[in-house]
Amino acid sequence: MMPLLASVGLSKYYGARTGCIGVTFDLYPGEVLAIVGESGSGKTTLLRCLSGHLAATSGEVRYTMRDGRQAALGEMSEAERRLLMRTDWGFVHQDAREGLRMGVSGGANVGERLMAVGERHYGRIRAEALDWLDRVEIPADRIDDSPVAYSGGMRQRLQIARNLVTSPRLVFMDEPTGGLDVSVQARLLDLIRGLVRRLGLAAIVVTHDLAVARLLSTRMLVMQQGRVIEAGLTDQVLEDPQAPYTQLLVSSVLQV
Amino acid sequence: MYVAVKGGEQAIDAAHALLAERRRGDPQVPGITLAQIAEQLTLGVDRVMNEGSLYDRELAALAIKQARGDLIEAIFLIRATRTTLARFGYCEPLETSSMQVERRISAAFKDIPGGQILGSTFDYTHRLLDFTLAQDEVPVAARTAPTPATVEMPRVLELLGSEGLIERPSAADAEPQDLTQDPLNFPAARDLRLQNLARGDEGFLLALAYSTQRGYGRTHPFAGEIRIGSVEISFTPEELGFAIVIGEIDITECEMINQFKGSASVAPQFTRGYGLGFGQCERKTMSMALVDRSLRAAELGEERIAPAQDEEFVLSHSDNVQATGFVEHLKLPHYVDFQSELVMLRRMRDEMVGEKLKAAE
Amino acid sequence: MNAPAYNFAYLNEQTKRMIRRAILKAIAVPGYQVPFASREMPMPYGWGTGGVQVTASILTPGDTLKVIDQGADDTTNAVSIRKFFVKTAGVKTTEKTEAASIIQTRHRIPEAPLNEEQILVFQVPIPEPLRFLEPRETETRKMHALEEYGVMHVKLYEDIAQYGQIATTYAYPAKVADRYVFDPSPIPKFDNPKLDHCPALQLFGAGREKRIYAIPPYTKVKSLDFEDYPFEVQTWDKPCTICGSRDSFLDEIVIDDQGGRMFVCSDTDYCTKQQACP
Repeated sequence: MMPLLASVGLSKYYGARTGCIGVTFDLYPGEVLAIVGESGSGKTTLLRCLSGHLAATSGEVRYTMRDGRQAALGEMSEAERRLLMRTDWGFVHQDAREGLRMGVSGGANVGERLMAVGERHYGRIRAEALDWLDRVEIPADRIDDSPVAYSGGMRQRLQIARNLVTSPRLVFMDEPTGGLDVSVQARLLDLIRGLVRRLGLAAIVVTHDLAVARLLSTRMLVMQQGRVIEAGLTDQVLEDPQAPYTQLLVSSVLQV
Repeated sequence: MYVAVKGGEQAIDAAHALLAERRRGDPQVPGITLAQIAEQLTLGVDRVMNEGSLYDRELAALAIKQARGDLIEAIFLIRATRTTLARFGYCEPLETSSMQVERRISAAFKDIPGGQILGSTFDYTHRLLDFTLAQDEVPVAARTAPTPATVEMPRVLELLGSEGLIERPSAADAEPQDLTQDPLNFPAARDLRLQNLARGDEGFLLALAYSTQRGYGRTHPFAGEIRIGSVEISFTPEELGFAIVIGEIDITECEMINQFKGSASVAPQFTRGYGLGFGQCERKTMSMALVDRSLRAAELGEERIAPAQDEEFVLSHSDNVQATGFVEHLKLPHYVDFQSELVMLRRMRDEMVGEKLKAAE
Repeated sequence: MNAPAYNFAYLNEQTKRMIRRAILKAIAVPGYQVPFASREMPMPYGWGTGGVQVTASILTPGDTLKVIDQGADDTTNAVSIRKFFVKTAGVKTTEKTEAASIIQTRHRIPEAPLNEEQILVFQVPIPEPLRFLEPRETETRKMHALEEYGVMHVKLYEDIAQYGQIATTYAYPAKVADRYVFDPSPIPKFDNPKLDHCPALQLFGAGREKRIYAIPPYTKVKSLDFEDYPFEVQTWDKPCTICGSRDSFLDEIVIDDQGGRMFVCSDTDYCTKQQACP
């Protein structure tokens, strides 16, 4: 089976400064990969290169399109890339405001992607939006409120609904629970885990929080100073870390 | 029986006749002459030339008279005149180092080769109304230092440049574009940005410059040099094939020294901002230089968070002729669109009342 | 000092050629906004300089010009623009729609149907239909190039969610030749159907924003809507008080301070004709 996404020797330099170096991995449909590291490890740079937001300095990212064709991200036209980001991919930002239109209602936020691909029936769009709000546990009577009036957790759930409405096959997540209260985080993680499983999504989740990685992902990359220093099944890496840095990370997680 | 109102044409003619009367004012009062405006309201004339983008003191004075002292209206008149003039080419770049300097100061150094020359300035005057000016004044002849035949007046920024302390001005390989011939597209290159700022509204640029000093995109400016004086215009006619001097104009040039910048491989240097204008326009050129520097934020890798750093915002709204046209166009009839809004609003309100009544039943 | 001599219709020939090139590009790509180097004109930006530059560039001595604003020939700005062309081009002018070869208009399309020999020139304040959803020109350019118009329907969706209907009543966006979404200028939506398959050439000039666009004759123009909330025009429950027309756009005239109102055709030439032969 062909991987859904393949990263081959991906590197990004900012002048003399290193973003990430030589990252290579395959991601298969339905797999969730966590990229873990502290601030400055290069994980955000890597995510942005993988999702086409940043041009890599060297290496390649290959994505298998719905028609089976493998395309190199760097060779796509801007039109193709933008279309991909709106249909087959999702991107959940740490700050929901970056991933939402704060000036329009929750319903419009969810419906936008549908309208962007040609859905022209108001009733159907609204029904679909209501369905998705239900799935992400946002009360139906909030559909016409602007996300400005939503709580942080609710905004994040709205962002997820907005991304999933076109049934993407791959979702990128940048610290999806960052900045939220612990109880809100737990609920959100449960939701994400459920949705990912039920929809068979592949996902790449960047996080500094090992608990998030443990809960969501099947495989994990550990980054330090731009390099991947350990990779493997999440459970294995967390139970039996090999690299000294990983051991340090694992041992410093507070045991509650 | 309602009869549709006609007579718009006569109303306009009558309005213009009244305008002419008001412009002249009390016939007992002597009419103002162009020479008086040019000689005694010089700084107003300079502003009209700058923002009108046309160097002609007499025309600017005429525009101010016709506009009854409304400088933006005068600027509009000059711009409209400018369009009709034949363009026969571009002059050679002005050699401001060879300026016949009347005023030249630097805040960056206590003294500089050529000296600090105050020239004529409002600086250090006490802003107290001088009631003697109510009568015609006969000022005492000013004392000026004797000007030696040749004075070496190297540019302050050149002095820093020779030590490598300030970035070199970018040597543009491409021909500069002409803002008045080509539409402005974003992102805009520096040549078009500077042209846009040169004719931009002084008040707008002043406010933006002020905002940068108050923290909206600080650039740590020092006034490296401000020069005011006359420069020669050289032009190369096709028939001759060599440059000839066709006249001279008075200009103000301001060079700001700004926040230094370096990287891991390049040693830090000061950066620059530039302002240039016709006549004596320090406020304008200083503001222009500050905004020029702010607009270079992207090029210098600075985070763009302030209005003065937002290229589209600054350059789209700097032209006061465009701005006043659009703001004042609200006076034009808009009743058809307003009618459409009225119809819809009434309908929405009726529907709401209808719904409330239904709910109450 | 000498007063300068003006060329026919004010603009010099070089400028007219530049504008005509932009017009040709616009006709070749219906609904696409062509940038052009708008000139400073003797009337303010926002008062019709775009329309005036387009008209000046296509005007010939044999043309007959009609200028209207809000549908009427006698409104102050229409008078002013008509006088401008009489002064600088000496062309024949008319108030009769059928007698005109070029009609410059602000905010209305004439009620009388146009023919293939005529050109309609619209004055446009803001050419960009996406402008109020996305203020940056760099972004809207991309959106047009990539046909990313989802955000326009978001606005319509919001209207229905909030008000139960689409709340745009003028400058109503439409899709041209199934490709570009455009702003037809602040004509009431009542006039949008006239844009579709019009036999006349329709040109749009925005002087301050420096854009020209065009709808060639017999081009498809479809106003944006939803299948279940289709586009509809305004209606009045009374006819024109003067001529009795039930098919035209009516202006509301305030008669007294007791709420007295009457409704009269906005298109003055149409109203006059209706009175003559109802």
